[in-house]
Amino acid sequence: MADNSVTPELQKDIYYHMALARALDDRMWILNRQGRAPVVYSSNGHEAAQVGSAFALNRGEDWIVPYYRDLALVLAYGMTPREIMLHLLGKADDPNSGGRQMPAHWGLKRRHILTTGSVVATQDIHAAGLALASKILKDGRVSVAYFGEGSTSQGEFHEALNFAAVHKLPVIFFNENNGYAISVPARKQMAVMDVAARASGYGMPGVIVDGNDPLKVYEVTRQARERALAGEGPTLIEAKTYRFVPHSSDDDDRAYRSREEVAEWKKRDPLTTFEKYVLENQILSADEHAAMQKKIKETVNDATDFAEKAALPDPSTLELHVYH
Amino acid sequence: MAGSDALYGLGLDAKKIETMYYYMVLSRALDERMWILNRQGKSAFVISCQGQEGAQIGVAAALDPAVDWVAPYYRDLGVVLYFGMTPRDIMLGQLAKAEDPSSGGRQMPAHYGSRAHHILTGSSPVATQVPHAAGIAWAFKLRHQEAVAMTSLGEGSTNQGEFHEGLNFAAVHKLPLLVVVENNGFAISVPQSKEMAIQDVAARAAGYGIPGIVVRGSDPLAVYQAAHEARRRALAGDGPTLIEIKTHRFTPHSSDDDDRSYRTREQLTAEKKDDAVHLFRHWMVEQQLWDDEREKALRQRIRGEVDDATDYAEAAPYPDPASFLGHVYHT
Amino acid sequence: MAVMTYLEAIRETLRQELRRDNRIIIYGEDVGVRGGVFRVTEGLQAEFGEERVIDSPLAEAAIIGTAIGAAVNGLRPVPEIQFADFIFPAINQIVQEAARIRYRSNGDFGVPLVIRAPFGGGVHGALYHSQSVEAFFAHVPGLKVVIPATPYDAKGLLASAIQDEDPVLYFEHKAAYRSLKGEVPDERYLIPIGKADLKREGKDLSIITYGLMVSYAQRAAETLDKEGISVEILDLRTIRPLDVEAILDTAKKTGRVLVVHEDNLTGGIGGEVSALIAEHALFYLDAPIMRLAGPDVPAMPYSPPLEHAFMVTPDKIAEAARKLAKF
Repeated sequence: MADNSVTPELQKDIYYHMALARALDDRMWILNRQGRAPVVYSSNGHEAAQVGSAFALNRGEDWIVPYYRDLALVLAYGMTPREIMLHLLGKADDPNSGGRQMPAHWGLKRRHILTTGSVVATQDIHAAGLALASKILKDGRVSVAYFGEGSTSQGEFHEALNFAAVHKLPVIFFNENNGYAISVPARKQMAVMDVAARASGYGMPGVIVDGNDPLKVYEVTRQARERALAGEGPTLIEAKTYRFVPHSSDDDDRAYRSREEVAEWKKRDPLTTFEKYVLENQILSADEHAAMQKKIKETVNDATDFAEKAALPDPSTLELHVYH
Repeated sequence: MAGSDALYGLGLDAKKIETMYYYMVLSRALDERMWILNRQGKSAFVISCQGQEGAQIGVAAALDPAVDWVAPYYRDLGVVLYFGMTPRDIMLGQLAKAEDPSSGGRQMPAHYGSRAHHILTGSSPVATQVPHAAGIAWAFKLRHQEAVAMTSLGEGSTNQGEFHEGLNFAAVHKLPLLVVVENNGFAISVPQSKEMAIQDVAARAAGYGIPGIVVRGSDPLAVYQAAHEARRRALAGDGPTLIEIKTHRFTPHSSDDDDRSYRTREQLTAEKKDDAVHLFRHWMVEQQLWDDEREKALRQRIRGEVDDATDYAEAAPYPDPASFLGHVYHT
Repeated sequence: MAVMTYLEAIRETLRQELRRDNRIIIYGEDVGVRGGVFRVTEGLQAEFGEERVIDSPLAEAAIIGTAIGAAVNGLRPVPEIQFADFIFPAINQIVQEAARIRYRSNGDFGVPLVIRAPFGGGVHGALYHSQSVEAFFAHVPGLKVVIPATPYDAKGLLASAIQDEDPVLYFEHKAAYRSLKGEVPDERYLIPIGKADLKREGKDLSIITYGLMVSYAQRAAETLDKEGISVEILDLRTIRPLDVEAILDTAKKTGRVLVVHEDNLTGGIGGEVSALIAEHALFYLDAPIMRLAGPDVPAMPYSPPLEHAFMVTPDKIAEAARKLAKF
């Protein structure tokens, strides 16, 4: 079970996964610009929300249903850097899809990460369904759906929350609100300030949390999980955050947001903020930090080399896995 | 006239009150006749407005049929009558005759629609009309027309994704739209407690940043007041309003349903005490707007209209089978 | 062995399956207390409780989407869509999700799911309570589409569908519910998905069809028999996957093929069956392949003369078969 206390070890672990995610993410953009990875979707800026929530769960046992921005989440949930790079490069051994899906379409049964498609908000209902089974099977698992604020305009978001509330399902709806659905700002997406305001319309709590603070995210997620396990039903968590990069490597965000706005948010970069915190509070010593940086660099290099050398799928596998 | 100040405060005069009552009674009488025709084997299917007349007429009376549009649902007999469909039109639809103005006998009864009367054609999958009504309202806004769109639906339909998408869209664009939920407590057999984990559908409005109002359907004037205010807001550019009307369904879901398996007779009896038609009449009498003589005359008039509509529709021809390939595309 | 209606066969199979495997859950609109609008699930909530026979909110995407999640997490959901006409709000979940999950995860995940839905016309259901929607789904690899024609098949095919590891759409013709009766064994049995059934042997022409149209074709065949025309009838049972071998066998045998379905003509299963025969058995044919299907109008109208004009009937089948026999 998840350890409820915020120990130094836990904080180190959270920091490590945030930093590793950022480094992997940065490497992906380099591979993209070098023409070696056709497309990249980033978690850059979302690391605190994703890693903080992951560590509040029973990782690998509780179900998560991520969306394409959740690199840091799946990393914290036990997908290895090699597996992530195999996926990015569409290699045969990509455990997410064997190179079938675009990058960032996560899914790994071994770690209870449900496979995901590209159509947004479909995963909200799947999380409710996973939780329906958990309730009936009494398996002690919660399910968490992750999604952007733009996808809350979809009918499936509404249907999922309503269904989960009626049946008091052990599920958490975790919104990473970065203020933009590709280019469309939240004010053109909804006429409310907070996604969390929608929760009361389903009879569930709506919690707003600073998505750039991993410990606060950890705490609210832990509470929502306890509530779910106690049979009190779902919670909607809105983690306010920001995406520091364009929507994808095919996007150019200068068309829709100012450099000043991005710079302003950068001052609250969750990675540098948390790094400062763990160093200043001597949770992490300078030596430990340096060792960690070295390890991260080696890990990213290893994952890249491994994936680049790995084989592409054999065309003869095209027709496999249509049916059981 | 006693109590008339309150009425004038709502912008209603005695004539309008009588008109509202007329449409409530007419709706009920036509509906009752449909069931008789069904039990006689003359009409394959009935789906009722009974119990919801106060809700429907209260809303419709606050609209302007000359400019506004409605996207109603299958229970809205009262709304479409108020918007200009005649009893003959209704019975032609009920008996699926060629002259049925809604669909020429193509759709099931109660699938209303008439461009002339500003009633959008509707289907059977529920809540599809909410985005349509938002679209109508959007067109009003873009063309700077002084008009609103009203769509209505049952509370069960508010669980559909399209309710959410339509309301969110209308709120973002501040569209002149009234979304009216006629909450009769049942989605066919499923009680509200199993449809949603909240007491009031109106609570959903906060999630869209719009007002959510709860009114009792047995009080048509309260309904009118809520709809009137929502229309004023809509025309002022303040956006949509969600109005939830707590009402009752006095019949089974349809003539193919039997509600005894999911609703006790005691509950139904209790619900029938909250009948807008009776309560409104009592109120009118108290206000000295109405008396037995006028009631008798009204009933006689309506009886005549219902008889005429029934006879007319029964004698009317069915559609020519050759016509069924028409109107697949524009010609 | 008992004589049952088509509807009873489905209900008793659901009951038997619910007893057999406690991972099976049933849910949908009005399936619990009300026992379904057609009473298919009547009595099941009383026997198995509200946790396994669930009245869901009125939201089809949620019904199918949660079933996908529940299936992945170890249950065997058998959701009902109240009318096939109402399946479209869930098409994103069925086509984009259920059908693609195994393929997109390279076999890591599967969705054992059976979606039951009443379909078909001739019951005064008009545009939105009469549709045949099978061709939309038969187009999608990853889905299986089953349409039983008899109470016996209804049982064996439903049990197979529930046992299947992939998403299966199981369509039940509304007019068959109470009009078709037949003997149904008490014990559990499986009819393989993807195997057609030669319902009647003949030598002059073959009628290839499925669902309610099988019994209509049988009635037409009896009439034609008296006129000296010997008709073979192949019940497809499953329209995805199709039993190609059985289709080609009967086409080669009689040399004349009439494909019948109530679904719209263009893009219907008849087109696929015809293409298979044209590709693989053309030189066995003595006449062009003929199709008799619902006309190309968007859906079935309500008014009796219009509905009758739409419906495929035993008379219309007999008439088409006569023309084919004379070619």
